Amino acid sequence: MKILVTIKRVVDYNVRVRVKPDGSGVETDGVKMSINPFDEIALEEALRIKERGEAEEVVVVSIGGTEVQQQLRTGLAMGADRAIQVETDQAVQPLTAARTLLKLVEKEAPDIVFLGKQAIDDDCSQTGQMLAALWDRPQATFASRVELADGKATVTREVDAGLEVNEVDLPAVMTSDLRLNEPRFVKLPDIMKAKRKPLDTVPLADLGVDSPPDLVARTYEPPPRRGGGKMVGSVAELVGELKNKGLL
Amino acid sequence: MAKVLIIGEHDGQTLNPATAKTVQGASGLGIDDIDIVLFGTALDDVAAQAAAVNGVSRVLTCVHDDFAHPLASRIAPEVAAIAGDYSHILTGSTTFGKDLLPRAAALIGVNQVSDIMEVIDARTFKRPIYAGNAIVTVEVPEGGPVVGTIRSASFAAAGEGGNAEISGLEPQAEDPGHTRFVRVEGSGGDGPDLASADVVVSGGRALGSADNFAIIFSLAQKMGAAVGASRAAVDAGYVPNELQVGQTGKIIAPDLYFAIGISGAIQHLTGIKDAGTIVAINKDADAPIFEIADFGLVGDLFELVPELEKAV
Ligand SMILES: Cc1cc2nc3c(=O)[nH]c(=O)nc-3n(C[C@H](O)[C@H](O)[C@H](O)COP(=O)(O)OP(=O)(O)OC[C@H]3O[C@@H](n4cnc5c(N)ncnc54)[C@H](O)[C@@H]3O)c2cc1C
Ligand SMILES: Nc1ncnc2c1ncn2[C@@H]1O[C@H](COP(=O)(O)O)[C@@H](O)[C@H]1O
Repeated sequence: MKILVTIKRVVDYNVRVRVKPDGSGVETDGVKMSINPFDEIALEEALRIKERGEAEEVVVVSIGGTEVQQQLRTGLAMGADRAIQVETDQAVQPLTAARTLLKLVEKEAPDIVFLGKQAIDDDCSQTGQMLAALWDRPQATFASRVELADGKATVTREVDAGLEVNEVDLPAVMTSDLRLNEPRFVKLPDIMKAKRKPLDTVPLADLGVDSPPDLVARTYEPPPRRGGGKMVGSVAELVGELKNKGLL
Repeated sequence: MAKVLIIGEHDGQTLNPATAKTVQGASGLGIDDIDIVLFGTALDDVAAQAAAVNGVSRVLTCVHDDFAHPLASRIAPEVAAIAGDYSHILTGSTTFGKDLLPRAAALIGVNQVSDIMEVIDARTFKRPIYAGNAIVTVEVPEGGPVVGTIRSASFAAAGEGGNAEISGLEPQAEDPGHTRFVRVEGSGGDGPDLASADVVVSGGRALGSADNFAIIFSLAQKMGAAVGASRAAVDAGYVPNELQVGQTGKIIAPDLYFAIGISGAIQHLTGIKDAGTIVAINKDADAPIFEIADFGLVGDLFELVPELEKAV
């Protein structure tokens, strides 16, 4: 069994993102970049499946410029066997990302493609579902538990109503939710070892991907700020304020 | 051709409030023709509720045993099959909508606009990115329909009183047979629904255990409120996942929100930005939650919450 895991390079989740004063985008200069947290969880799950002896190979994939090699190297240090960078200077939107991944899927023939349930920069939550549609395979989104047996996966999914369990035939697309696992920390010797693992680069232009017209971002603005609040000294005062506002 | 299709969400008995909110969002497009399509096994009750939503022109009911559970791989091709008649295809930004609509968008061949929070014009929308730390205005290029999810917390539900025509729709796709629903486990609590409650009482890591969380449930019950939680409280197993509020949990807009023993991480605040009034109770006067709270009370929640329960 082979598992393909996608890794997106995003602004680290601890950074408080700021909109540029001229509204042309968000400040990313000198900002810490990391693997999208959901992708790290997806990779951890793939590695655990391999360590249980249920998969032979874990391949990490990222679509982006040279800088994404950093995150791919981190993925290799976590334990992935090899990495593929699909090289492009342009940020890709979900449908282009999905069409690109489909090309790799056709070449690599994985049994599972594991993505994050959403990228924490664009917060789209689309790419996995789109890849599953184009590949005409099952999608098990928002996964918090995955069990494999007999060419099938039983996946517990976090949905609004609670936990939904689906059974899907492999190959399948899965997207990770936060409670699937806690990713391991990378150790220094693993970083050294990762330098010798293969990292292939394929230009996006060589894959023959037909890009749909992208959504056009016109302006960026900070979210509306909530007005300054008031500190109260006691429960009685709090209840008084809420009664004044007609809330109690 | 300007016509809107909304994919209705339901549990076989009740139309999800997210659908009436999506209708409200769609009403800002300046398009009069709004259809709701429903997939299910028996749709009479739900169709009647959908037909009563103001602003809806037609309700299309697609009935088949395959639709006993809303599997995206089964429903998305149905949506794609009828998409050609519409300029806009929308649904609520719930886990139902997030799972289904991108699959349909890929079959149609367009990118989706996720989490629409404001309609500027028929092809221009505002949506949050970076956990709500930025709002981007995006324009959908010509050459395909607008496919988007509507952020429930940003729109009130469209009112009732409509009388839309209801008609049947034949399924056009086949069951791909590769995905099977097994079961759903919900806490099925009898309190109000978190996503649409007027008052929500949330607890965080500070509660310390599932047993201690009982004081949050007790306060909520006294107030007729729904219970929510931070991710830390869910991860620690104090409450089930469907109570999580935030970027990756539920985005809610109650009139009154209590954050109790919750520090106020960005990812949590994303879920409550549209709340009317936010009350924070925390023993740390420097907790970030106080920066956005309308009323803040510093102290030990184990003393203050029982006191509050007596006072309300
Ligand atoms: C990709 C990603 C997505 C995430 N999505 C979400 C999400 O959807 N929702 C979410 O909530 N989080 C989310 N998180 C997690 C988030 O970053 C925080 O870790 C989490 O919200 C913290 O929960 P908390 O406030 O309960 O815990 P803590 O941050 O530990 O805060 C506990 C608070 O309780 C106070 N306290 C302690 N004891 C008492 C007492 N006796 N009385 C009063 N106050 C007390 C402390 O002062 C502290 O402020 C996400 C994180 C990531 C990386
Ligand atoms: N440029 C990219 N490179 C690698 N993976 C990506 C890329 N864009 C999206 N993904 C994957 O798709 C998931 C969902 O992204 P999104 O649909 O943008 O929210 C992410 O968690 C990644 O796993």
